Amino acid sequence: MSDLAVRVQGIGKRYAIGRRRQSSQPMLRDVLADALHRPVRLLGDLARRWQPAGTQAPAAREAPPDHVWALRGASFDVERGEVVGIIGPNGAGKSTLLKILSRITEPTEGRAEISGRIASLLEVGTGFHPELTGRENIYLSGALLGMRKSDIDRNLDEIIDFSGIDKFVDTPVKHYSSGMYVRLAFAVAAHLESDVLIVDEVLAVGDVAFQRKCMAKMEDVHQHGRTILFVSHSMPAVTRLCQRAILISEGTVQKDGPAPEIANAYLMSSLRATAERTWPDPASAPGDQVARLRSVRVKTKDGDTAPSIDIRQAVGLEMTYDVLVPGLVLSSYYDVFNESGICVFVAHDLDPTWRRRPRPCGTYCSTAWVPGNLLANGTMLVGAALLSDNPFVVHFHHHDSVAFQVQDSFEGDAARGDWSRPLAGVIRPLLSWTTEARDGIRPQSAT
Amino acid sequence: MSQTPSTALGGRSTSGSRLGPPKLTIIQPSSGWVPLHLPELWSHREILYFLVWRDIKVRYKQTIIGAAWAIVQPLMTMVVFSVFLGHLARVPSDGVPYPIFAFCALVPWTFFASGVSQSANSLIASSSIITKVYFPRLLIPTGRVLACVPDLGLALCVLFGLLFFYGFRPSLAACLWLPAFVLLAFASALGVGLWLSALNVKYRDVQHAVPFLVQIWLFGTPVAYPASLVPAPWRPLYALNPVVGVVDGFRWALLGTGYGPGWMLITSSLASLAILVTGAFFFRRVEKTFADLI
Repeated sequence: MSDLAVRVQGIGKRYAIGRRRQSSQPMLRDVLADALHRPVRLLGDLARRWQPAGTQAPAAREAPPDHVWALRGASFDVERGEVVGIIGPNGAGKSTLLKILSRITEPTEGRAEISGRIASLLEVGTGFHPELTGRENIYLSGALLGMRKSDIDRNLDEIIDFSGIDKFVDTPVKHYSSGMYVRLAFAVAAHLESDVLIVDEVLAVGDVAFQRKCMAKMEDVHQHGRTILFVSHSMPAVTRLCQRAILISEGTVQKDGPAPEIANAYLMSSLRATAERTWPDPASAPGDQVARLRSVRVKTKDGDTAPSIDIRQAVGLEMTYDVLVPGLVLSSYYDVFNESGICVFVAHDLDPTWRRRPRPCGTYCSTAWVPGNLLANGTMLVGAALLSDNPFVVHFHHHDSVAFQVQDSFEGDAARGDWSRPLAGVIRPLLSWTTEARDGIRPQSAT
Repeated sequence: MSQTPSTALGGRSTSGSRLGPPKLTIIQPSSGWVPLHLPELWSHREILYFLVWRDIKVRYKQTIIGAAWAIVQPLMTMVVFSVFLGHLARVPSDGVPYPIFAFCALVPWTFFASGVSQSANSLIASSSIITKVYFPRLLIPTGRVLACVPDLGLALCVLFGLLFFYGFRPSLAACLWLPAFVLLAFASALGVGLWLSALNVKYRDVQHAVPFLVQIWLFGTPVAYPASLVPAPWRPLYALNPVVGVVDGFRWALLGTGYGPGWMLITSSLASLAILVTGAFFFRRVEKTFADLI
């Protein structure tokens, strides 16, 4: 099973800057005008060429500066049946890569080989026409995505059934709600019979239930041995679907490896996340005339700054800040988000020392301890704020100041117990469990 | 993890069960002139079918009078031509009543003109498809011209009705030539459409030039006047307009006037073939830039 489905060798794509913008569309009249001016310009060129050698600008021999490489030197192989996530920031070249592999646009250099039938889903509802009915659009979109008419005939009932809009299948889709539209469009896409499926971010649309359906469908597709290339911004989707991920940034393949590892590396790098952040210059630090944030860090019980914490260990969130105006009641605050952007919790300072008491000027350090066996594994992003109530003022609120990894433990004493497969959930508390047999039966031996 | 029960893809055969080695697609930069890849066009014929089917369906759905539109347009032009050119300006019509003389030419002309205008805009109008899915782009303008065929069929029905009304009984042998003339009109419209649609992607003002071009072309074609009005020495040049052969052929087959199959038709056919072949190769050459420019 080690045969290759996709082989990409040194693929690159160069765009002329501004060419994609409507305003700079060349007009035929410009070309005609240019042709009239050409004799004049030709003379100018000739005159320049007659200049003695060495006086010409050396930059003239460089690549034309009005071009930009959207992607360069991308090389990787994908084995048959592999599901590969392609991640990276916006404008990194992911979509360009997908467009090249789905043959929508041609590479400027390099070579790619794809074995088997290719289907690409770069949007939901490719080719849908608003005037046509749902049934008619199934045929139109299906054909454009590469299905044969006989395939569509055979799967028509199944597609309509999957979409769940059977009552409206003979209504023009312009009367559909956006949800119905997406359902129908995905139902068509789900029935593509291809060996290599190229998917771009289509899961980003629709409600949660629908997204789940899409994810389940993608997993199903994978279980039937298809190769999938999947571009997404959703790290949980990538880590759930893909064994492997490729990180593309600034037009090149930066990392290629196991999906969870690459996804975390991307999260950390894309947020420029660190376990400690300091602002040496109080003038430019986050804050107002009352208070300035000086540093935020994540620490272990021993007080060490730590980018990664065992799931069973408590983790300390520490912020240092200067108070510049005396006599105010201040409250420090943390918010913690996970890699999917879900707020895991927020917390306010409860230490009685300065709670409800006006503070003199000075430097303060507020630490909050998050107990072990509470957070789920993954990346946590910490934001720090300082507030005063009555009147309510936010003196600073710095989002995603620091980040840390919660490392899962497989030693059996964490909440996952002996379970070794991926676990869902925003938190992973260690619960107190009891299991008893109703008949008073006791286990034979405690091996 | 929640697993929604899945139905659609389960138990379906994948490529593994298909015979033979899987198709290998090679993606690499092309430069200069590229071959037409006719086998690939053939393998995507169902897309052509659905594009034509969509255009016809949408056209007849959107307009209230639907099919009538295909007839009204040449009929009204015929009335205008008859009144101003036939009646007032007394343009000769080779001894045939002017209305039928004009209508006989307007039917293939309208097909050609709408084929050209439709296909010239086809790529811009399909930008959402071009940037999202791959198939040979040649199918897009081809489909647009093909979608004009039903209109031609309707107009032909009216033409035959008028012929009988005016007492013309075209011979069956002559009528058998009609498909050849229609094919010539189709090839000409497609050839011009391929050039214009490809140019239109790069130079957006082409779409403003198209109606003007079609209008000029109408006067360079013997629609409102007979080809015999053109001085003999100029006729070889005149016949380079492929629609000259089409319109003259229609009149020859149905009214018994004009020149019929001869060197003028051969010239027109060769000109049409030249436009079509160069158009197709030019289209293929710039096709790779469509998704980036559109």
